[in-house]
Amino acid sequence: MKCADFLSELTNYLDDAIDERTKAELEDHLAWCHNCYVVCDTTKKTIEIYRDSQLYELPEDLRTRLRTAIVSKCHSHKK
Amino acid sequence: MTTIQPKVEAPPTDELALVQAAKAGNVEAFEELVRRYDRNVFRIAQHITQNREDAEDVVQDAFLKAYSNLHQFQGQSKFYTWLVRIAVNEALMRLRRRRPERMVSLDEEVKTEEDSLPREVADWSPNPEQQYNQAELREILTRTIQGLPASFRTVFVLRDVEGLSTEETAEALDLSIPAVKSRLLRARLQLRERLSRFFQRRENGKQKPEGGDGNQ
Repeated sequence: MKCADFLSELTNYLDDAIDERTKAELEDHLAWCHNCYVVCDTTKKTIEIYRDSQLYELPEDLRTRLRTAIVSKCHSHKK
Repeated sequence: MTTIQPKVEAPPTDELALVQAAKAGNVEAFEELVRRYDRNVFRIAQHITQNREDAEDVVQDAFLKAYSNLHQFQGQSKFYTWLVRIAVNEALMRLRRRRPERMVSLDEEVKTEEDSLPREVADWSPNPEQQYNQAELREILTRTIQGLPASFRTVFVLRDVEGLSTEETAEALDLSIPAVKSRLLRARLQLRERLSRFFQRRENGKQKPEGGDGNQ
């Protein structure tokens, strides 16, 4: 397996969306290719950092304001 | 190496009942749906538009559009996937309005594979995010994701931040499954490459890069 082949399967590998045989081939490649190991590990960290980042949380006061506006417009829409 | 564990929660079993009640004109039932998903819609909208005011407008307009089109919701997909589809369209419309000089489309031609091939393979520190304080980290992550094309950013946010499945992402964005996978791979690799500048393992005495500009 070449590094390009590994990369093309990286997303499926990280999402655990591959069959056992392909997974074994990818892990065999990871065992000896340091560059691919680093790319795989840091891509996984990238995803985890964004997932845990709490970017763009909706502040509670704004949340209430938006919900009140939505509900009020829904009532007018009903009439 | 372990794989990424999805952050998907099972839909509440009473959700369909809420949708049915809202369809019948029960605004309180719809309000409960707003409470469940307003944070998600806001996050998605702000990631796509990169603008706070636009994101606020998207939240309002997406829920109102959903409310007035509830009769079209057939229940074949999850309500949330249907709502995300509406919100993404609203967000992209606002982004196009704000940046008319740049075509913004989910179908935009993606560049060749070369744009995503890793050039930076230096390993990262064991806990890279701990090298920065909260505000610095936020700035780095925001600027870095802003540098991605809208089509990549949107797929990454739905799949990796919001935890939609590949199939749900494809449905919400009206893309094929291979297109979702291809954009997701490139988005992940480009973000990784850009973050490497901030997170790579440093030798003693070497300084952190200046500022939070993750765009290279």
